[in-house]
Amino acid sequence: MDPPSSLKLLGSWADSHTHRVQLALKLKGLEFEYQEEDVINPSPALLLHNPIYKKVPVLLHSDRPVVESVVILQYIDETWADNPIMPSDPFERAVARFWCHFAEDKLAPAVGAVFSSSGEGQKAAVDQVHDNLKLLERELRDGAFKGQRFFGGEKIGLLDIVLGCGSYWLAVFEEVMEVKLVDPGTFPVFHAWLKDFEEQNEVKETIPAIDKLLEYARGIRQMMLRLSNGTSTTVPATAGTTGAINVAVDGSSG
Amino acid sequence: MKAVVLLDFWASPFGQRCRIALAEKGVEYEYREENILGAKSPLLLKSNPVYKKIPVLIHDGKPVCESLIIVQYIDEAWPDRAPLLPADPYARAQARFWADFVDMKVRSPYADASHEFDSCSSLRIATNNCAQPVCSQHPLTLFFMYQFFEYGSRLWKLKGEAQAAAKEEFILILKLLEGELGAKKYFGGDAFGFVDIALAPFVSWFYSYETCAGFSIEEAAPKVAAWGKRCMDRKSVANAVSHPDKIYEMVGVLKKKFGVE
Repeated sequence: MDPPSSLKLLGSWADSHTHRVQLALKLKGLEFEYQEEDVINPSPALLLHNPIYKKVPVLLHSDRPVVESVVILQYIDETWADNPIMPSDPFERAVARFWCHFAEDKLAPAVGAVFSSSGEGQKAAVDQVHDNLKLLERELRDGAFKGQRFFGGEKIGLLDIVLGCGSYWLAVFEEVMEVKLVDPGTFPVFHAWLKDFEEQNEVKETIPAIDKLLEYARGIRQMMLRLSNGTSTTVPATAGTTGAINVAVDGSSG
Repeated sequence: MKAVVLLDFWASPFGQRCRIALAEKGVEYEYREENILGAKSPLLLKSNPVYKKIPVLIHDGKPVCESLIIVQYIDEAWPDRAPLLPADPYARAQARFWADFVDMKVRSPYADASHEFDSCSSLRIATNNCAQPVCSQHPLTLFFMYQFFEYGSRLWKLKGEAQAAAKEEFILILKLLEGELGAKKYFGGDAFGFVDIALAPFVSWFYSYETCAGFSIEEAAPKVAAWGKRCMDRKSVANAVSHPDKIYEMVGVLKKKFGVE
């Protein structure tokens, strides 16, 4: 097995997919070199190692690239067996993968839509987020994850990493957009899980400070509102903002 | 109910992936056709409450959803034979990447339609980018809309410049796959595996793509074309996938219905 010093991560500081990989590496106790990428102007290294999507994160292990965060997480887990982040049972693995898919396919785009819309469009987006959170709440309360501290059981696992790295945007958007997304009364189990997750040392070391995230989100929101000329519709992401918005809400970063 | 049940629909390439995987592993199962043109069965609604779509694999009463997740589950639940993913973690990462690539590029370009194809709201979303007004009441319409947008639909839905652009983009996707396949027998190497299973059902659609958009896959991506033929030689694939003529017939019906020449 290669020494951990052969690990390099190309990422972006505000990108939740990058945080997923950073957190997984920390949980595994693996050291790695980090290279900050400007997502709007990708470096030659990024273009070389992720020619198809040209996006972060990219994990280089002895110069061999692995891309797409959920693929990277599984790669890390299968290469370094200590402190597993995937369950060993095939059915539990399928359940974890399913909810990761749900997070990327439904929850993340809905959260992104809250951020990029206003008026009626935003209200619809908020409703979508609530519908999606209801499904997770139900699964935590009565379903596959009933009685567990984390989605991964007693310890953080794949699904905690995928959902958790990104859920901090909920609080940020609540403040910036002045909407209520995670009401502890409506989603008590999800809310409790999120607070517990965010208290973990490795998580605190990974996620940027909330005021930095707030400043970042406010900046993008203002830019988007200027572009939309203040009309009450969903704002289409333009070339200049796409990278930033995707970084913020990771509907489509790797 | 048998130990292994597959809730499916005959023409679904996603269901076909599961059928191929089960056949490769030699797993006996009960196939249940879902009437997706009518009411969904209670079993489907119970087994996939989040998406309410086929395919769903039910193993000893426990449901697994999403075709690529099902295929990985099949590989891990029956680990003693016909491995579908390679043993090496890096090769596995590559296989997962390319299977996801197939999924992303085969799906509708209208990424805001997260398809629960039976719901009127998703139909409304799906028609946002379609110039044709569509009757949202008829279940057959709903089925066709799902098919229409999901399976590389641009190639026969669009005309003129838009179709030409869609064709160029599709050829680019083919060339990427061609590059990844290279001189290998299958995407996984000598052994038929995960990426092959992800893409094989769409080989039946090649004839329709070519005929509607006016190009040759053999010319654009000869290795992929040859790979497609090799896949069809496998019993597991031949028994699972739809005949190209049937697909073409269905596309013809779609085109008439939506007034596309």
